[in-house]
Amino acid sequence: MDRPLYISHYSKIENGRISVDGNAIFHTDEAQFFAFIKQAFKNQQIDYSKFYKMDNLSKLAFLAAEVLLNEEEDKEDIALVLSNKSASLDTDVKYQGSIQDAANFFPSPAVFVYTLANICGGEIGIRHGMKSEHVFFVSDEFDAVTIFNYATYLMKSLKAKKVLCGWVELFEENYKAVLYLVEERGTALHTTDTINKLVKN
Amino acid sequence: MEELKEELKGKIIEVLNLEDISVADIDDSDALFGDGLGLDSIDALELIVLLDKEYGIKLSDPKQGKSIFESVNTMADYIAKNRTK
Amino acid sequence: MFSPVYISAMNCVTPLGLDLHSNWIALLEENTGIDMHTIGYFENIYTAKIKNLPTVRSDLTYLETMLYLALEPLVKLKNLDTKTGFILSTTKGNIDFLSEGKSEEAHLNKLAVKLAHLFGFITQPIVISHACVSGLLAVSVAKRLIQMGQFDEVFVLAGDKVSEFVLSGFGAFQAMSANPCKPFDLNRDGVTLGEAAGAILVTKSDENALVEIVGEGAINDANHISGPSRTGEGLYQSISSALKEAGIAASAIDFISAHGTATPYNDEMEAIAFSRLGMHEIPINSLKGYYGHTLGASGLLELIISILSLQNNKLLPTKGFNLKGTSKDVNIVTQAMDIPLTYILKTASGFGGSNCAAILKKMNG
Repeated sequence: MDRPLYISHYSKIENGRISVDGNAIFHTDEAQFFAFIKQAFKNQQIDYSKFYKMDNLSKLAFLAAEVLLNEEEDKEDIALVLSNKSASLDTDVKYQGSIQDAANFFPSPAVFVYTLANICGGEIGIRHGMKSEHVFFVSDEFDAVTIFNYATYLMKSLKAKKVLCGWVELFEENYKAVLYLVEERGTALHTTDTINKLVKN
Repeated sequence: MEELKEELKGKIIEVLNLEDISVADIDDSDALFGDGLGLDSIDALELIVLLDKEYGIKLSDPKQGKSIFESVNTMADYIAKNRTK
Repeated sequence: MFSPVYISAMNCVTPLGLDLHSNWIALLEENTGIDMHTIGYFENIYTAKIKNLPTVRSDLTYLETMLYLALEPLVKLKNLDTKTGFILSTTKGNIDFLSEGKSEEAHLNKLAVKLAHLFGFITQPIVISHACVSGLLAVSVAKRLIQMGQFDEVFVLAGDKVSEFVLSGFGAFQAMSANPCKPFDLNRDGVTLGEAAGAILVTKSDENALVEIVGEGAINDANHISGPSRTGEGLYQSISSALKEAGIAASAIDFISAHGTATPYNDEMEAIAFSRLGMHEIPINSLKGYYGHTLGASGLLELIISILSLQNNKLLPTKGFNLKGTSKDVNIVTQAMDIPLTYILKTASGFGGSNCAAILKKMNG
């Protein structure tokens, strides 16, 4: 069963700009990520107060998925294959701050829970009811070969109906998210080369 | 006591990232968990940290939290009786 | 549709021993790696720490030494080429660097690349960081990438160490017991943290194969970021997916090596999931009473021990368990049992709603 797979839609968040399928849907001159992502969230009129409890990585991943999946109907069987360079390091550093000083030792459970790379994927899953295959890879740069093979496996083995893949990287004020949806019909052919260009450009 | 309750509401909003809620929105007797403010299990754990950090109260048994965190009233009562800061 | 995939070598480094054999002997004697320790600000707490970890090379951190010792015997006589993969599973890696203000050094990929160079892997290492299912999920990933032809064989290495970072976090979650953990027990009240490293070779060749990986699944609960689904939905679906792939009924499973962390919620959720699948009479154990919860290593370490069980047709009792403590009855192994074993199921669950299940079949003869 080697039917070709396609990329149907993709979203990007970088430099204060959010786009879907190459079209800008939100833009701000706000330099700080925290302020930018909050503005974007409000602009998209998303009714989900849990957003404010998320760490920066999860907010980034959440919004990138939100603008991509808001038209999707059947989301339960969409698998999630995410990756980045820094894992949860941004939040790890913040959490370390709450335990560094013996005299001021107040570890925060709400921060600690985000000191795992896959939690941002968990937040996407909860929002969209994705009771599906999830995985989180960490690599210096987007590993197109591995992600391509992994997503193809999930489709070929019928372990997923669609696969949401991509890169969600954030460390301090450096951030970039590119998510794309792999399925049986779409505009661009799903190849290692295509996804590599999509994520790295 | 009123001052403590107002202060507490502000701290709860801040510590739990309740962005779209203001101090005026929280009634002293509102249920914090379940149907009221809708806080969850992680929020409960954060409130335990709040008691320690801001008021110097270490809960010997975290299960006590259920009754202490029922509402701003019950929290303020407990803090007033047990604070060391 | 896909070719079979096997596991043909394994090793582990734990508080019970610095190699596979010494671990098995210690387990047969029902020794535990859990003991009282002082870790930084944490005085006299129960954790499972490796005693007397030797210094192998001066340029390796504590964790890197554990990982090196686990993998070295598997790699040393092998030819590593472009079809040889290397997957590292860890939740926090070299997290201690953060307390020194060296966040750059704490990058997980940096750890993987350093190890890859040390051993001479020529393919780019793959790192999986997916909470406490990482170690088992890494095995699934290895199998899947072999089945896609990316590799012919993959060395999977998993490890995590006990750290103040994690101790404080589990403490803040009120999820760490003041006593050695009691998996599935009525009076269980939290985890005991541990450290370990495990390594296996996953391969498409059946030469010297110990087991075949006949089915696996890793379905998320999509319910809550720290608490498991109350109905065990993600675990239920993961196991179902694995059974479907293996082409066997739930009743064909001879033994379940559960995650059994000894938190009130996890063990309850697992019992519900197993019960929903009609697996409540299949012997189940948890190894957390011997090793503590070794986070990113746990799925792989416990899989390795389960393979030893499979090879020896011997089930180990669940250390720490005394009284039935879940709303659904499950068949907890309380004494060492000698029974014929063919199919075993290993499960894992973790923060972020993650779950993973893998079914192994003993090779004939």
